[in-house]
Parts: sequence; C-alpha cells; structure tokens
Amino acid sequence: MSMTAALPASGRQRRVLPGFGLTMGLTLTYVGIIVLLPVIALFLKGAEIGPARFWAIVTAPRTLAALRLTMTAAALATAFNALYGLLMAWVLVRYRFPGRRLLDAMMDIPFALPTAVAGLALTALFSENGWYGQVLAPAGIPVVYTIWGVAVAMSFTSIPFVVRTVQPILEDLDHSQEEAARTLGATPLQIFARVIFPAILPAFLVGTTIAFARSLGEFGAVIFIAGNLPMKTEIASLLAVIRLEEYDYNGAAAIALTLVAIAMVLLVLSNWLQARLTRRRVPA
Amino acid sequence: MSLAISHLARRFDTTQVLRGIDLTVGKGELIALLGPSGSGKTTLLRIIAGLDWPDAGALSFNGTDWLVKSAAERRIGFVFQHYALFPHMTVRDNIAFGLTVLPRADRPGKAQIAATVDRLLAFLQIDGLADRYPAELSGGQRQRVALGRAMAIEPRVLLLDEPFGALDAQVRRDLRRWLRGVHDSAGTTTIFVTHDQEEAFELADRVVVMNGGVIEQTGHPDEIYDHPATPFVARFLGLTVEVPVTIRSGRAQAAGLDLTALPRRALPDGPATLFLRPADIQPVPDPAAPFRVTEIASTGALLRIVAENAAACRIEAEMPRRQGRDLRKDQPVALRVIAGQIFPGGAAPADAAPVEAPKALKESRP
Repeated sequence: MSMTAALPASGRQRRVLPGFGLTMGLTLTYVGIIVLLPVIALFLKGAEIGPARFWAIVTAPRTLAALRLTMTAAALATAFNALYGLLMAWVLVRYRFPGRRLLDAMMDIPFALPTAVAGLALTALFSENGWYGQVLAPAGIPVVYTIWGVAVAMSFTSIPFVVRTVQPILEDLDHSQEEAARTLGATPLQIFARVIFPAILPAFLVGTTIAFARSLGEFGAVIFIAGNLPMKTEIASLLAVIRLEEYDYNGAAAIALTLVAIAMVLLVLSNWLQARLTRRRVPA
Repeated sequence: MSLAISHLARRFDTTQVLRGIDLTVGKGELIALLGPSGSGKTTLLRIIAGLDWPDAGALSFNGTDWLVKSAAERRIGFVFQHYALFPHMTVRDNIAFGLTVLPRADRPGKAQIAATVDRLLAFLQIDGLADRYPAELSGGQRQRVALGRAMAIEPRVLLLDEPFGALDAQVRRDLRRWLRGVHDSAGTTTIFVTHDQEEAFELADRVVVMNGGVIEQTGHPDEIYDHPATPFVARFLGLTVEVPVTIRSGRAQAAGLDLTALPRRALPDGPATLFLRPADIQPVPDPAAPFRVTEIASTGALLRIVAENAAACRIEAEMPRRQGRDLRKDQPVALRVIAGQIFPGGAAPADAAPVEAPKALKESRP
C-alpha cells in the first residue's frame, strides 16, 4: 500500500529525498534577494549615470589613483599568498608533525576574525613602536600608511582562500603517480613541476583568483593600516564610501561598479581556464 | 644478468610482511609472484623497484648492490595496479615522460623521442590513441599505455603489480596473451604480481608461490601443479579435499579409498594427510564400500557429489556428468583416487587452517 502511495500520480521519477520544489525555491529566492538583486540595482544605478559621466568619474585622478593602488596592492598580496598559501597547504597535507591540527585550524582565523580587529592588530604591530615596526622602520621599510601596509592587510584576510582550495586536491592526489614518475627517473623538482603542480593547478588558479577578488574589496582590515591619504594610500572601496558620505551616489556607484566588473571578469576568466584545464581529465 | 634476493625481511609497525625471501631471477625470465592478499608479494615487488626498503637482507642486480640505489638509478619499469597514468598528459606525453626527464646531456632529441614513442605505440598496438588523454581510454588501453610508459626507458627489469586486476575477464585473457608476446619479443626480464593462479600459470616461466611473507614453492607451473610442496600450496591450487591416511612401507592406506594409483613415497610409517582435487576422485558403485553418496548436484557439465562414511569423513568428488550417470543418492561407493599429494602428520580436515580457495580469493578482490 505504501509503495503505491509513494508513487506520484503523474508517474514522475521518484527522488531519494522529497522536497525538491521547496528547497530549490528557497535557494533561488535567497540568491535572488540577497545576491542578485543588489548587483542588479548597482548596474541599474550605474546605467542611470550615462557613459560620459561614468567615464569622467572613473578617470578622475583621485579615482584612478585609488583603483591603481587597490589593484597593485591586491596583486602584491595575491602573489605572496599564491606562494605562501601553496607552501602552507603542502606542509599541512604532506607532513605529520605535532601541532599540525592546531595549525590547520589556525588557517581559518582570518575568516573568523572581524576584519577591523585584524586591521587594528596589524596596525599596532607594524607602527613605528610596534613589534615589527621597531625592526622594519629603522631599516627603511615603512609599512604603515604605505602600499605595503595595504598589501599586508589584504594578504592577511585572503590567504585561507588559497590554502583551502589547494589542500583537498593535494590530499586526494594519487601517490602512485609520483612513484611512477620516480621510477621513470624524474627528480623531485621535475615530479613537482610536471606531475604534482599540473594536478593542483586548476584549484590553485581558482584559489588565487578568489583571493585577488577578495583583496580588491577588502575594507575593514585595510583602512586602519593604510592611513587613507587621498592620491596616495586611499583604496577604491574607501573612496566609494567617502563619495556616499558626500551624497555623491553616482560617484559611489561608478566606483563600486568598476570593482565589481574587475572581479567578475577575473572570476569568469579563472573558471574558463579551469574548465579548459580539466576538460579532458574527467572520465566520460 | 640476474636479480638476486637474499634473506629479505620487511616489517610494517607490528606486522612482519616479509620473513626472509630468497630468490634469483635470470635474464629474460617471466616470473609470477602468486599468493593471497597479505602474502607480501606486492611489498617484495616494491622493494625490487626501489619504492620501499627492507629492514634486513640483500638485493643485487648483476652483482651491483641495488639497496644503495634509488628507483631512478635502478632503471626499472613499474606498471602500477591502477596504472597511475598522468591525467593531464596525452598518451604520447605519458609514454615520452621517462625520456623527457633525462638530464639534458643524456636526453634524446625531440624527433628521436617522437620516433621512440611512435615505435612503442605501434608495438603495443595503440597507434590511434596517441593524442587521447587517459580519462578517454578504456581499462585495457590504459594498461597498454602504462606498459608503454614503463618500456620507453628500456628498463633492466619490468615489474607489474596485479597487471590485470582491474580488468574484466575477456580483456584480461586477451591482454595476458598479448603481454606474453610483448615479453618474448622485447626480451626483458619481467616479474609480475597476481593472486590469480590461472593467470600466473598461463603466463609465467616460473611461479613463486608466497604466503605469510615466505616463499612456499618456486618452480615451473606444471611442476607446482603436479607436486605442491606444502599443504598451503596444495590447498591454494585446489587440492581442497583432505583425508587422513596411514602410511605403511611408503604406501598410503585408508578404509574405502582405492589408493593403488598413487606412487610409493619415501615417507615414515604413521599418520599422514592426503590432499586431493575433487576431479581426481572417481566414485565406483560397490555395495560393500563404507562410503555412501549423501549429496548429488549437477552444474550441467559437471556432477558434484559428496560421499560420507560412518566416521563422518566427507569427501567431495567432481566428474563429467555423463560419467556419473549411474550414481544415486544413498548408494554405497568405493572411491578411486587418481592423483593426490601426501604430507606427513595427521591433521584432520576439521583442524586444518582455514585457507581461502583460489576462487574465493578472486572474488574477494575488487
């Protein structure tokens, strides 16, 4: 009796878990209201401005300087995270040492910590009488209130993206591929460059792209350490906030839209690259 | 030219995986390491390859100590059970890998590498697959590519770990014949690991039967089949019927069993155990015999019967169905034994160590 009752009258295929309509509907509603709508609103706001005005805002010297600083600092932070994140993931996966699980858990601190707290802590450390600043300032390496400070803050908040995307791939890597390379005469460096790295490259690309996108928009951690001097150490998202406070909604929207566009282009590019790289690796 | 292994031992934590292995492999030989899972055969293969190291013992090739050499220095070709092809490389790049990682001074030119790969592709009959990726190949094709990759470096010894384990039965049989051909025309020394006795016997010049980290017997397939050296080998090769017998002046005797076909053996008088294949027992109707047929089952081609005596000694026999046409249940039968193996000692079948039959072994593997 229960068998027949469970079969829908229409004879559709039965699913393992019920409630597909409900869960799918909730998911789409959420994505629509929380994710898609604000972005659409932003684009509509940007469209209101008109191309000429938009171009004038984006190419204004102060906006250009802010965008340039943001991009350069994000690139620096991402370059550092790409190398260091990969190393971190490697150490966590390949070695067994006391405290490994603790270190593994600590990787998530930048995710969990309020970014403003991170910004304050970094500023205190790197200021001239902070622990790091005491050493770096006399050596002629000023960090606080420079692009380096911006990059440090960005790198702090975005490193888990690299570690957490590469780590699982590295863990699942087939050991016998490395052994095969060894028996075929490959040196450790060749094994890494030609067997291991190509295997993790797709995930690594995604991780670094997300880290870069996150750095572009990082706000809380940066504004404390950057000093926020217009034309010098003012990041793009802060400039958008300043415009908003000046009731210059168009200015704010244009800058925000530019940041969104850059991040979008990067994500699409990285997904396309990843798809290209993995296209023929997946069994049919 | 030969590979010499002596007193090799290897322990993983608390498990002694190899307990003193002695083996010599001559040039051009095709050797099968045969045994159930956990017998240490794969560990032995990995030690020969330089992927693992023993705790004690020696391993040398042509008099050169191999234990001080890395896997790369030994120049062996290793084919992994699941092939371990590089998924991001085409078949061509996979096969060329061993040549492209050579130091610049020894590395052949691009054209020469391409020519070598082409030659191997043709030799292994996979010409059409050169530009495919491993994910686009069938299991049998991957196996060939893995072999091609190992052979490209012209290995001194070719090592294969369960080369046909992951393939279906038909492909398995085809590849078996094909591998024998490859071995013969390439002239390499080859050692492969298998848990499938049919595979080992069909393919190998010499079979090494391993169990619990020791070599139980080494020899030509026919020799091992006809004269299993230990009870383990006997059971492993399908001599699953164990009957307690008594030895008197070299002859085995047991009530109700006709053992006259067995040759006289230089064994001391006393209790012994006779190991038999069910197919080597012929039941003959005989009203005076102590055994009675208790079960009869037909598989179509074969008839399986079980005979029991008053002492509850159960004996399984197997014969072509037509031969057993006049057998009936509860019929008294005399059992004529055509061939069997006798080991001293009176271990009753019930006390015998439980041993997986080869068939069960095959099924226990994925």
